[in-house]
Formats: sequence, C-alpha cells, structure tokens
Amino acid sequence: MASGVKPRVKVPKTAAAGDKITIKTLISHKMESGQRKDKEGNIIPRSIINRFTCDFNGENVIDVTLEPAISTNPYLEFEAVVPEAGEFKFTWYDDDGSVYDEAKKIAIG
Amino acid sequence: MEMTRRNAIAMGAGALLVAGLPIRVSAAAEDLIAAFTGGAEVGAGDISLTAPEIAENGNTVPIEVASEMASEILVLAMGNPTPSVATFKFGKLAASRSASTRIRLAGTQDVVAIAKLEDGTFVQASSTVKVTIGGCGG
Repeated sequence: MASGVKPRVKVPKTAAAGDKITIKTLISHKMESGQRKDKEGNIIPRSIINRFTCDFNGENVIDVTLEPAISTNPYLEFEAVVPEAGEFKFTWYDDDGSVYDEAKKIAIG
Repeated sequence: MEMTRRNAIAMGAGALLVAGLPIRVSAAAEDLIAAFTGGAEVGAGDISLTAPEIAENGNTVPIEVASEMASEILVLAMGNPTPSVATFKFGKLAASRSASTRIRLAGTQDVVAIAKLEDGTFVQASSTVKVTIGGCGG
C-alpha cells in the first residue's frame, strides 16, 4: 500500500431535490508513472490509482479510468444530480490492490 | 496557376501543414482511438476541451472536458510516452457530462478528447498545449 494516501472530498451538506451539485475530490497519492528513473538508472515501477468511482445510493455518477498521465494527487471535479437525501460513496482503486473509500451524506433542504 | 516563387513557397508550407500533423500522432495513440471507437468515423461537434495554451509545468496541467450527450469521454495526450490519460464514464446521476482534472504532459503537444455520444457516434476536440517544463521526470 502506498503510504500517506488520504482521500478528500468536498460535497455540499444540503441541496434541493433534483439539484445539480459540484463535487470535488482529491486523493494524496504519488502516482508513480513508471517512466521515471532513480539515481542508478533503474526504472521506478508504476504505482498509480487506476480507477475512481462515485455512487449515490447505489446509482453510478461517474466512473473514471486513470492512467499514468494523471498528475500526482489526482484531482477530479464533476457534477451530480441529487434526487433525494442519501450518501455519496467515493472509491479509489490502487494498482497494488488497495481500495480507498470515502462517504459523504447529503440532506435535502 | 502560374508557378512563381511565391506560389511555390506557399504550396510547400501548405503541404507541410497537412503532412506534418498526422506524423506527430503516434501509432499507439491511433490504436487507442481505434480501440475506443471500434473504427467508427470521428466527427467534430458537441464536445469541448478546455486546456491552457501555455503550461509552465507539465506535471500538473488543468484540463476540462464537456459534452452534452456523451456517455464516455476518452482523453489522450498525443505526445506522451503512453498517450492515454483518462476515460470518463458518466452514470445515471451525472448532472452534466463534464469533468475536470489535472494531467501530465511530457512536452508541447496536442491533447485530444473523444466522446462517445448516446446515439453511438463519436466526436472529438483537440487543443495544443505549450509546455515549458515536461512532466515525465526526464
């Protein structure tokens, strides 16, 4: 598991039903591309987050496939519809098999 | 048309422009596009790709893709060692078919976004980004 991985998500606390909201996510991860070399000239093996998904009450919002060309600390911003109160679930999948989760509740109001 | 020196230069420059663009697109990128579209024609239309004209640091270049009718958007950096950047698949609850992120660019190059629309057709947009310092650690 890559060290120091910390997901951060920004979701409004409340929204009107059927409203569009903007979600911003960031996860601290070095996203080693597999292109770089260390001092001895050996290639540093690739270690990235390769997939990100966001679901709301079991319905998919976005599913992103990330490649090594995504910057360190991958940042994603997108919009979602909130049909009812519920919970957003964010999942990041690491190359090494680790899965990082984050959940945010949103209320209608 | 009379073959004057001026005409010859103009034609030469035109030919270079036409021929120069496809050469820069690597075979790997073409394969990726073919795999995404299944060989279908890629037109222009309802898609926008927002990227800076000049990026000082190729390690984090902010980009945004948007397309009203897209079900999937593929982003490619044509001049990177591995051209694929990301694929966005929009689910039922996506309010708009848009997303932004930050990408790495190895050098000055074209960034291309190809969207698969709901009716099964493909559209693309591209943007040239000048990179001052490349983002591949070389």
